[in-house]
Amino acid sequence: VCACVRESVCERERESVCECVREGVLFLSQSPEAACLSAEDISPSSNGPRDDDPDDLFAEATEEVSLDSPERQPILSDGPSPAITPVTPVMISPRVDDEDEEENRDTFDIQISVSDPEKVGDGMNAYMVYKVTTKTSLSIFSRDEVCVKRRFSDFLGLYSKLASKYMHMGYIVPPAPEKSIVGMTKVKVGKEDLSSVEFVEKRRSALERYLLRTVKHPALLKDPDVLQFLESSELPRAVSTQALSGAGILRMVNKAADAVNKMTIKMNESDAWFEEKQQQFENLDVQLRKLHASVESLVCHRKELSVNTASFAKSAAMLGNSEDHTALSRALSQLAEVEEKIDQLHQDQSYADFYLISELLGDYVRLITAVKGVFDQRMKAWAKWQDAQVMLQRKREAEAKLQYANKPDKLQQATDEIREWEGKVQQGERDFEQISKNIRREVGRFEKDRVKDFRVVIIKYLESLVHTQQQLIKYWEAFLPEAKAIA
Amino acid sequence: MTSISEDSDKEKVRSVSVDLNNDASLVIDIPDALCERDKVKFTIHIKTTLSSFQKSEFSVPRQHEDFIWLHDTIVETEEYAGLIIPPAPPKPDFEGPREKMHKLGEGESSMTKEEYAKMKQELEAEYLAVFKKTVQVHEVFLQRLSSHPMFRKDRNFQIFLEYDQDLTVRRKNAKEMFGGFFKNMVKSADEVLISGVKEVDEFFEQEKIFLLDYSSKIKDATAKAEKMTRSHKNVADDYNHISGAMNSIAADNNTAFKKTISVCVLQKLEDRVASDQELKLTELLRYYTRDIQAAKDLLYRRARALADYENSNKTLDKARLKGKDIAQAEENQKQCLRKFDKLSESGKKELTSFKARRVVAFRKNLIEMTELEIKHAKNSMSLLQGSIEILNSN
Repeated sequence: VCACVRESVCERERESVCECVREGVLFLSQSPEAACLSAEDISPSSNGPRDDDPDDLFAEATEEVSLDSPERQPILSDGPSPAITPVTPVMISPRVDDEDEEENRDTFDIQISVSDPEKVGDGMNAYMVYKVTTKTSLSIFSRDEVCVKRRFSDFLGLYSKLASKYMHMGYIVPPAPEKSIVGMTKVKVGKEDLSSVEFVEKRRSALERYLLRTVKHPALLKDPDVLQFLESSELPRAVSTQALSGAGILRMVNKAADAVNKMTIKMNESDAWFEEKQQQFENLDVQLRKLHASVESLVCHRKELSVNTASFAKSAAMLGNSEDHTALSRALSQLAEVEEKIDQLHQDQSYADFYLISELLGDYVRLITAVKGVFDQRMKAWAKWQDAQVMLQRKREAEAKLQYANKPDKLQQATDEIREWEGKVQQGERDFEQISKNIRREVGRFEKDRVKDFRVVIIKYLESLVHTQQQLIKYWEAFLPEAKAIA
Repeated sequence: MTSISEDSDKEKVRSVSVDLNNDASLVIDIPDALCERDKVKFTIHIKTTLSSFQKSEFSVPRQHEDFIWLHDTIVETEEYAGLIIPPAPPKPDFEGPREKMHKLGEGESSMTKEEYAKMKQELEAEYLAVFKKTVQVHEVFLQRLSSHPMFRKDRNFQIFLEYDQDLTVRRKNAKEMFGGFFKNMVKSADEVLISGVKEVDEFFEQEKIFLLDYSSKIKDATAKAEKMTRSHKNVADDYNHISGAMNSIAADNNTAFKKTISVCVLQKLEDRVASDQELKLTELLRYYTRDIQAAKDLLYRRARALADYENSNKTLDKARLKGKDIAQAEENQKQCLRKFDKLSESGKKELTSFKARRVVAFRKNLIEMTELEIKHAKNSMSLLQGSIEILNSN
């Protein structure tokens, strides 16, 4: 039995290559530029050729590759890289029932950190380079510990590759962090102020979370692009990421979904699970955005509180100086000191507010968009299948007509076409079933991860709040005797 | 229309000043108040053993404007020039709650039912807080008058307390209001005067330096404290929205977010911290900003009297030179001197007791505020730790 997802297909043991890998081959063998080009068409500031139909992004993907073709050359999305023969089960873990997932998780031994941001170059061509350190005992990696240097566009490039490879199969690919023209311009221009330092830190942290989420996905962990990203010292410069970002890809995918919807596809949802889940994710999307907005407001207000407390502290100190009653004067000065310490507490707390909660929520808002994208991919797959059925019907009708007209040469062609489309219908059905299955699994994994993620973060956040309260108690209890000493 | 009864809240009453009601011969409090639109009607309750009053216990309704009238008549009374006149209570300010009510009305469609109910609750609490504050401040004003040996005998004070009809007729008409405005303008001239006057008395020299500096510092501290308290309230508001949002997520996805109750509680606690801070610290500073101003006013009046005295000396000299109106000038000079001495004597007493009063009030409020901060922090901490335990045990 070949190592792959689709056990049902692998019953056909005699196939040296099973459906899923072949699928991958189907996709990999198409020209890598197609996906990127289409993305460029969608993105506002693109300058690529516009001859592709932007609405049917995956037009290329449906190119048939004959199984018997010897020149099947699966290539990585750009540049020369070790060719991977289709037989090697590169992508997916052998069995995918939940039990195994848990096992994999327990032995999930990989640590990734993104650190040491360094500015390279000057002026508007400058960019930040981050050190990516991977520590692992997993065998797919060549070394225990690897350090590489990567820049932001490399991350975007990785995401765009992964998205184009896996999203159409129903895999939830974690989106890369957002581009920020304002933030980067400040850094480029060389402003060494607090806001650009904060920006770099925010980005560093986001990139780290992005990589961790990516490798947590069992399929993505083993993806050659991911491995190359983490291990290889030289990475070919990701092309077409100028206007491309995680959000860009998602926009592109969702635009396709919109196009699908516009075709008024009333998908015959035979599976209530999908309908329910989709609605659930719609709601969750709205709610998370709202929550995120509230938390951002909290971060902002707490920063304000910190500033105002500091300013009050100064004012209280001045008042204490001015006070001519000695004991009261001393007490007021002490009050000023307490308030200063509290101001620092507020500041620290606002960092916790932000990095723990706000950024997590932001990540999940983007993840939900990816999840919704995956549901839309399924609709697209369903539509393709339906279209194939319609086409098949037409071909059959055409053949019938030709039979009456008695044109033997055209008849042969018609029969061939019928066979072709029968194959496509079968493929369409298989694809649809596969993506449905994948999505079920992915959503299950996603929800488990989400629960865990949030719980961990909320606990950390509550602990930070506890710490703040403890400090407050300490400060005020120290002040109390001073207040009582006013005679 | 909102009304409150203060029987159980006597403690809050004395939050900015010392016990003012310990003289049983004249006991004043405001047990009840009604709010109609913008106007607040206070019910003043008086208990007295003084014979100057007709009844020994009675109540009378008064508006804010009546208080202002009383304050202004006292200020304009020459006799009290050497006394620190209790600052007039500020006008009831319902702007904050009103704004919030507006926002609530506008945002009603975009909020869930729970959120709306919660905001409404908050709004009512805020309204009540403003209400309580304004009652307290008006009450303290009356109590300071009643506990002062001179003011309690004031004729207008008695009218204020006893007159059983609407005081509107006796209140300022337009002309008098203008007088008040003019007075404020002259006051700034007095600021120059007071800093320019050559002071012979060491005590007053010190007081002058101190009061001028302190008044600007305390005004600044009040403003900063207000800003800080407002920020605290904003944080509490945010927690409110966050807990609302988390609740709606929890309702739909009943797993991970169930234990977000702690966040809701946090909101309440932050809110309480903010309002206690407001009451103790900010109110204290606000009140003493006004009181310091009253003390400064005393110095102005004395400085003016000194200037008058010096002028009268000059006039006397001139008269002596010219040989005309000498007796008149002598009489004038004697009067000015008398006035000045009287002002200096009572002024010294007043300022000394003022400092004592201020120190005691600060001490009391700082202690109470600190104790409340500790209490709230301890509460928060135990709640948070409880939540962490629950989350960890799952």
